Amino acid sequence: MKNLGREEPQEVQPDRRWIDLLLATGVLASIASFLYPALRYIIPPAVSESTSRSVVATRVGELKNNTSKVFKFGSEPAILIRTADGQYKAFSAVCTHLSCTVQYRGDTRQIWCPCHNGIYDLNGRNVSGPPPRPLTAYEAHVQGEDIVVTRSA
Amino acid sequence: MIPLVAWTICAPVPVRAQDSCVTCHAALEGSLAEPAKLYDGDVHHSAGLGCADCHGGNPKDESMNAMSPAQGFRGAPKKTQIPEFCARCHSNAAFMRRFNPKLRTDQLSEYLTSVHGKRLKQGDTKVAACVDCHSVHNILTVSDPRAAVYPLNVANTCARCHADAGHMKGYNIPANQFALYSESVHAKALAGGDTSAPTCTTCHGNHGATPPGVTSVPNVCGTCHAFNQQLFEKSPHQAAFTKMGLPGCVQCHSNHEIVKPADDWVGVGEGTTCVRCHAKGDPGYAAAQQMAGDIASLKTDYERAEEVLGTAERSGMEVSSAKMELTDANGQLIKARVNVHSFNPAEVRKLTDEGKKISRQAYLSGVGALKERDYRRKGLGVALVFIILAISGLCLKIRQIDSRTGG
Amino acid sequence: MAGLHRRVLDWLDERFGAGSIEEFLRHKTVPVNRHTIWFYFGGMTLFLFVIQVLTGILLLLYYRPTANDAFESVQYLVTQVKFGWLIRSVHSWSANLMIFTAFIHMFSVYFLKAYRKPRELTWISGMLLFFIVLGFGFSGYLLPWNTLAFFATKVGTDMARFAPFIGEWVLVFLRGGPEVTGATLTRFFGFHVAVLPGLATLLLAVHLLLVQRLGMSVPPDVERAIAEGRGKPRWMPFFPNFLLRDIIGWYAALGVLGALAAIFPWELGTKADPFGSAPAGIRPEWYFLFMFETLKLLPGKMLFIDGELAGLMLFGLAGALWVAVPFLDYKAGFSRVTRFFTGLGVFAIGYILAMSALALRG
Repeated sequence: MKNLGREEPQEVQPDRRWIDLLLATGVLASIASFLYPALRYIIPPAVSESTSRSVVATRVGELKNNTSKVFKFGSEPAILIRTADGQYKAFSAVCTHLSCTVQYRGDTRQIWCPCHNGIYDLNGRNVSGPPPRPLTAYEAHVQGEDIVVTRSA
Repeated sequence: MIPLVAWTICAPVPVRAQDSCVTCHAALEGSLAEPAKLYDGDVHHSAGLGCADCHGGNPKDESMNAMSPAQGFRGAPKKTQIPEFCARCHSNAAFMRRFNPKLRTDQLSEYLTSVHGKRLKQGDTKVAACVDCHSVHNILTVSDPRAAVYPLNVANTCARCHADAGHMKGYNIPANQFALYSESVHAKALAGGDTSAPTCTTCHGNHGATPPGVTSVPNVCGTCHAFNQQLFEKSPHQAAFTKMGLPGCVQCHSNHEIVKPADDWVGVGEGTTCVRCHAKGDPGYAAAQQMAGDIASLKTDYERAEEVLGTAERSGMEVSSAKMELTDANGQLIKARVNVHSFNPAEVRKLTDEGKKISRQAYLSGVGALKERDYRRKGLGVALVFIILAISGLCLKIRQIDSRTGG
Repeated sequence: MAGLHRRVLDWLDERFGAGSIEEFLRHKTVPVNRHTIWFYFGGMTLFLFVIQVLTGILLLLYYRPTANDAFESVQYLVTQVKFGWLIRSVHSWSANLMIFTAFIHMFSVYFLKAYRKPRELTWISGMLLFFIVLGFGFSGYLLPWNTLAFFATKVGTDMARFAPFIGEWVLVFLRGGPEVTGATLTRFFGFHVAVLPGLATLLLAVHLLLVQRLGMSVPPDVERAIAEGRGKPRWMPFFPNFLLRDIIGWYAALGVLGALAAIFPWELGTKADPFGSAPAGIRPEWYFLFMFETLKLLPGKMLFIDGELAGLMLFGLAGALWVAVPFLDYKAGFSRVTRFFTGLGVFAIGYILAMSALALRG
């Protein structure tokens, strides 16, 4: 074993310290750059997860009879309708003609697409105008204080 | 024994009652045997009606006497007599109620108002009467896909005469409607299986077939294209066209060869529909210019947003929310195109402005996503710097240790 | 600082006997020769495995293993969770990197004949670990429940059908049913996070223990050179010399993983639809391509045996021979037998590369 180091301690000392400093800085900084993301990751985000299978559309009592609400379901708009007799119905709000977003009309009690006057009944069936297919129906249930819309099985 | 054999020979088809018409005519040749052969497939046959129910005579009489006027025989009607021949039952509501209460009984009265009906009354036998469209002896219901009057087959049936230049000579109307119609979106929709798409009879009527008059063309188109008709009627074009005696819709969209309209129809450039009538300086020209400009700029904004979101998505950023919101901008574009029929640039602008707003928001989301991507890459850069620092420190340390241990 | 360090070690030594471990580490050496570069790949594979465990545990905090929620939970993780994109992409990239380094480690050990006596069990435990790693790759691939993964799993598990006698049973066992469904996902999840890690830990313990006990092997050509006096035996201490070099490699791997995650993030794909049709050009991950291509090229029937069955038997036989190589090439010296096995190894690499290239060509 060569003993270069021990014979001239004064000359090697500052060298060694400088290397150690560089090493320590690099290692600590890099470890910090790994730990920082991991720690931020562990903290749950503010937006609670809504799966694309089930979404809380509204609270009980917020939606009046014969009105509707359009909300985001997965990556597409959906419509929740409270009929004149208090029932909740939910459908995909993507018109099957050219994908405009449909609306509920309280006067005719039908679902209507303002782009080309397509009309669907309250079962989602396309009854008039250009839409070639019915709207996809979803299930709406009351769960405690929430109205939850889920995709049908 | 012999009657039994005769029965089995002469009545090969199990008929409800012995029908001498069928027995004898089936044994004949050529056109005389045709009706007997075809009739099994006829809807009247399924309803329990036999030859004599239309032609009279006595189906129980096996002699030639079965066809005597004394027995009520009416024979085969002449061309000009056909409508009344069929209407004997088909205009009799009480009679028809026994078989199909839903069926209308006004076909004859409608027919008499039609061009075909009027000309037939004047003795023109080249025009269509009942059997020309519905065939005879093997008549099928309208809902039967094999019927000549099934929606998908109607145009072909009309074209039998109306596309035959020789047949149509002398009538002063073109013979190219079928060819033009076949190029239309309506024909293609029908061929695609959409039986609600219009065919000849949808616009011209079936029994009362007549071209719609000049003032009623928008009404006819408006039975499906309601929005466009409503907007058109409130637009300056309605009064102007009426004064000039021009039909609406058809001016820009044609009557038979109705093709998918394109955004570049609207505008003031060469080849646009508007400059066919409007010239620089008149208000219509300015309106066309503004509407075309607004729609074009909405499309530009929309495409810009779509592009940046696409780039962000391909870089691995998740932009499905922004993409969903952008589809509303497309909805505004679609509505703007419909609203062109108001020929009111301010109305169109309201829609395009809304669409542009949505597009801009989506664009900003996309830009934000790209910024996030760049932030990640900067973060990566920083981490790499630290890693390189650490590696350099390690290399030097290794050299130091190696020299110490003499390794 | 050094005093504290000493005091802690002494405290541990009184309770664990850590002193002997310390002594042992001080004496562990690594032979230095022109083949030493290959010695880093075992540690690299182990490091990447540790990365997998750590990122995997982090993913477990948000992932949901059911058909309805899996895809959405990954989507949520990648978009809403801070640095979720990083953890997920690192996990996916590191999986592939680990399998790659495992291949290199295996082949380098093979060519350097490190499997010869007394290291036969190290080789066998290593081969078992290799199969487990492939199992990790196969089970993990399904977990995001996207279209590609779904159909790749369908095709992959279909192969089990062709095993003689037990084929159907194996298929149902793997899939949790006759078809690939949510039950398959849950089951694969169980394999991926519990069964395989457990087995891997056991085998790793055996493998590492053996490596420590038996030391690092010196390649035959170096041994011969030393025996013939053409060279001197050179070595370096494992701790700290070799370890520091190891750590450089590990840092470089981290840098590569970070860059891959930021610049080539792992795709999310589209949610799997079991009733949809398979997209064109479905194929397994790259490390299975050579087997996939072989099965494609085999004729439907070979003599009286089903093509797929023949393929399975072929691979089974090849695998068994490969695992048994320490006993087949028992001298592993410079005999003709050894040269035959070296050639076999070259053929294996060539075959894998050629078949994979063919499969990629489509």
